[in-house]
Amino acid sequence: MTEKSDNEALFNYVLALGDDALVLGQRLAEWCRNGPFLEEDLAMSNVALDYIGRARMFYSYAAELEGGGRSEDDLAFLRDCREFRNLLITELPRGDFAFTMARQLILDVFYTAFLERLQDSGDARLAAIAAKAAKETRYHLRRSHDWALRLGDGTAESHGRMQKAVDELWGYTAELFEMGEAEAGLAAAGIAVDRAALRTPWQAAVQDVLAEATLELPQADWSITGGREGIHTEHLGYLLAEMQFMQRAYPGQQW
Amino acid sequence: MAAESVPDEPAQRRRRRQESSCPELWRLLDAVRDPEIPVISIWDLGVLRDVRLEGDTVTVVITPTYSGCPAMREIETDIREKLSAATRYEVRVQTELAPAWSTDHMTEAGRRALQEYGIAPPQPAGAPDRPVACPRCGSEATHMISRFGSTACKALYQCDDCREPFDHFKCH
Repeated sequence: MTEKSDNEALFNYVLALGDDALVLGQRLAEWCRNGPFLEEDLAMSNVALDYIGRARMFYSYAAELEGGGRSEDDLAFLRDCREFRNLLITELPRGDFAFTMARQLILDVFYTAFLERLQDSGDARLAAIAAKAAKETRYHLRRSHDWALRLGDGTAESHGRMQKAVDELWGYTAELFEMGEAEAGLAAAGIAVDRAALRTPWQAAVQDVLAEATLELPQADWSITGGREGIHTEHLGYLLAEMQFMQRAYPGQQW
Repeated sequence: MAAESVPDEPAQRRRRRQESSCPELWRLLDAVRDPEIPVISIWDLGVLRDVRLEGDTVTVVITPTYSGCPAMREIETDIREKLSAATRYEVRVQTELAPAWSTDHMTEAGRRALQEYGIAPPQPAGAPDRPVACPRCGSEATHMISRFGSTACKALYQCDDCREPFDHFKCH
């Protein structure tokens, strides 16, 4: 690989990690003033803020790597669907509270392992971002674990909703472990994380929580991927339309 | 020298301040406080990492508490204002992520200030879970209401004795 394509691969990698964090953060922020009760409303907004902060750390690094004059805000607000590289699971509508917490559990278990490995990245900046984010994710996991138990092993209604959520989300989890060619190159160079290797321990950890919550592990009989290539579900466009509206309508507007 | 592999950030930070060639600038910055918790300075919070004077430029190095902490921007503005009002130096504010901020970077004075303000201070990171004492009556019979309070750095507790709800600055 030439130096230019190396840098481009790293830029795309960092940008995709930023997209995951921003899109999930935006979905969680939708709970602000819609939470089931005040404390939970605050908790959800705080977790959303952690993700948006994480997106900013990745985007500002991506902007520096690109060196083309685009800022972190340009990357967040002035790209369209096909240019977003987030994993599909992050863009699914927030659904009911069970759906949101099931998604958080799945992703918190994933990110706990992912960020732990990214802390050892040969890229010092990625390692520093990961060290910062890992502490927050470990705390998020305590909460999503609590909720999985409370809802799964709760009433017939909450149990049913939690099981339905896990079933609906399951087909989107294959993508968490799918490596693209450029990403595999970066992993071989000690910069990116080999996500494929995380699948078995991830499944074991999620299965443990589900069993504790009296929930069943879904059948892996379907899966859908495409986020890293910019092929999204119909939901991302609506999310971006709402999130990007102000900058599209009033370019360069400041807070 | 086993400590070499684990850099002791609180000790190094204290040394940077003690050995600094511009102690008056550090003192000026003691007036910069966390806008969400105005009783604690950015030094006592562990957010202020270094102050370097090179020629006509002063570089202030800070680190965020939580990735999304909205106070960072205000803190940066406040640093610029305080230094520009009292000196003629060009001010640069630089954010550094590593080593990641921890509540262990907080000073003793900072912990006391939180306690007096009614926020239960954080316990040492990695220490076994100890009960969170009520900052008002000192009782250790307390329980957590929510893992998150009014800001990302705090959890919400209630005292079982005096019944007062209170914030606990989470160990991080």
